[in-house]
Amino acid sequence: MTKLTVRLDGDNMVVVTRRFAAKPKSVFRAHTEPELMQKWLLGPEGWWMPVCINEARPGGRIRCEWTDGKGGDFYLTGEYIAVEPFSRTVHVERMHMPDPTPDNHVETLFEADADGTLLTLRMTLPDAETRKAMLATGMEEGMEASYARMETMMANGELVA
Amino acid sequence: MQSLDAAFSALADPTRRAILARLAMGEATVMELAAPFEMSQPAVSRHLKVLEGAGLIIRRVEGTKRPCRLAPDAIAEIDQWLNWLREAMARNYDRLDQVLADLEKTTGDDEQ
Repeated sequence: MTKLTVRLDGDNMVVVTRRFAAKPKSVFRAHTEPELMQKWLLGPEGWWMPVCINEARPGGRIRCEWTDGKGGDFYLTGEYIAVEPFSRTVHVERMHMPDPTPDNHVETLFEADADGTLLTLRMTLPDAETRKAMLATGMEEGMEASYARMETMMANGELVA
Repeated sequence: MQSLDAAFSALADPTRRAILARLAMGEATVMELAAPFEMSQPAVSRHLKVLEGAGLIIRRVEGTKRPCRLAPDAIAEIDQWLNWLREAMARNYDRLDQVLADLEKTTGDDEQ
């Protein structure tokens, strides 16, 4: 029912789907109302979103800032292109780490599915190279986390170099 | 296991981490690696030498080229990370399930 799927589509798209046991209106609100977004859009354990601006109307601004409280900080900015309550939004976004990544064009669909909602995120990157770079950037971040864990283990004497 | 120290110093450099991330997408030649990083081929070669010395990449000979790929141990790290990414996303959506359950409880009466 709730299984997450992530797949590559075409040269430059990434498509994510997930089902929810809630009405499209609720899922839409959870994606567009800052006080709701701040409750779940957090990523790995230990991170939170102290700043969330989300003006869900065509031309409206998006700004989300995350922190782990230990000096790890990054933020995302974007603009809405289309907002069709409670079924579809289209926006562009970019991550700042701190240099901005190329624009990611995101269409989000909220479709009634049985008594729940099928959420589909269709992300379109400028080209195949950028998609590769986006996936690679994420991978680099993740490797950082892995190696940081390894370092901690070494410091604790759990892993002998 | 002296290679762990070498691995850490090799990984201290952001360009080398980016090269590893690129190799996670598949084998590449020096020329292919140099293009996205806007670096000269000798500069990339120097980074590759450090990565190879740290046991993070493996190079093979193919005519005049020496394509690189990630060493199996480095791949294990990345597999671990892909799981971590999926988990992080899945965790977000699991949290959202709870937010939605609460939301529907409070707005249930205006929906029919």
